[in-house]
Amino acid sequence: MARSKEPIWWSMFSAGGVIAAFLIPATLLITGFAPLAGYITAEQLHDLIDRSWLVKIYLFILIALPLFHWAHRFRFTVADLGLRGGAALQAILFYGAAIVGTICAAVILIRA
Amino acid sequence: MAASNTTTSNAVVTMDVFRYEPDASELPRMQRYTVPFREDWVVLDALNHIKDEIDGTLSFRWSCRMGVCGSCGMMVNGEPRLTCNSFLRDYYPNPIRVEPLSYFPVIRDLIINLDHFLDKLEEVKAWLIPAEDRELSEGEYRQSPAQLAQYKQFSMCINCMLCYAACPAYGHHSEFIGPAALALAQRYNMDSRDGASDERADVIFSEEGIWDCTFVGECARVCPKNVDPASAIQQAKVEATKDFFKSVLVPWGKRQQPAESR
Repeated sequence: MARSKEPIWWSMFSAGGVIAAFLIPATLLITGFAPLAGYITAEQLHDLIDRSWLVKIYLFILIALPLFHWAHRFRFTVADLGLRGGAALQAILFYGAAIVGTICAAVILIRA
Repeated sequence: MAASNTTTSNAVVTMDVFRYEPDASELPRMQRYTVPFREDWVVLDALNHIKDEIDGTLSFRWSCRMGVCGSCGMMVNGEPRLTCNSFLRDYYPNPIRVEPLSYFPVIRDLIINLDHFLDKLEEVKAWLIPAEDRELSEGEYRQSPAQLAQYKQFSMCINCMLCYAACPAYGHHSEFIGPAALALAQRYNMDSRDGASDERADVIFSEEGIWDCTFVGECARVCPKNVDPASAIQQAKVEATKDFFKSVLVPWGKRQQPAESR
């Protein structure tokens, strides 16, 4: 039996899961609640993006990997719900959406 | 005998039992039996009562009656259970539906064909293959408590196949190696005395190996021995991923031995 190529997707799925669990709540706190509470202003948050590429790279990872986490999980959720037909098409659709989202994130962050 | 065994009440339990007698009819049917209710009876006791006192044609597997042999697994009210471990009192006064384990071919009544499962145990080489051959005079293969702890949980598996009857991935695709065989493969991969994880890798790391698993987790929930096959499969997924990226980044290198804990 041939060893599967699934690790390509699974590794992004699991990395995306870790990021979704640990970094997204922290990011929500900083970008969502901190401005409301008056700890930081929206303008200051924007300045952060201009100031360092590291912030852009952080945001890129924050957006891209959870997209692949979603694509992989959603593929299996759909299968577990009983929609087994067209597995290849489903994979292209879901991973494709994650790839498009990743490219969009990259373009927006580079232009920002 | 315990007082509860000599119950004076006339309480009864209704049992709806799956019947399939290929010599009489090609179609399965449900048959209703009424058996006495006893506080300390399990579903297997009720089935034995039916066989001994009511209907000798009912067929089912059982042996130890104490949750060790793993042969009396059936669907009890749609849930994979060891029938020796399922008390009537937990269902009483509702009727109890007993069916053969889901997703397996049925030979007769409650007896399933488990050949496919045995083939899978063989495919993943679920036995110890020593890393080094030793003469008897060299003494035993020594192992520390920490090394034992690496695999001990998975070694509790009794091959009862409840996890297969609970696994939607197996229900969808019967070629899937499945929870118990993968947990047992992991049990030997994690054993410090074993040296065959590379031999097992081709099967375990294939589509029909761990990658059919969608991490539903029902296998771990129904296991009567608290083995966690889902976690064994997750561990193997990490090993498979390391193996894959190693083969991409260092294509000329020897493929990794999955269990790095040795």
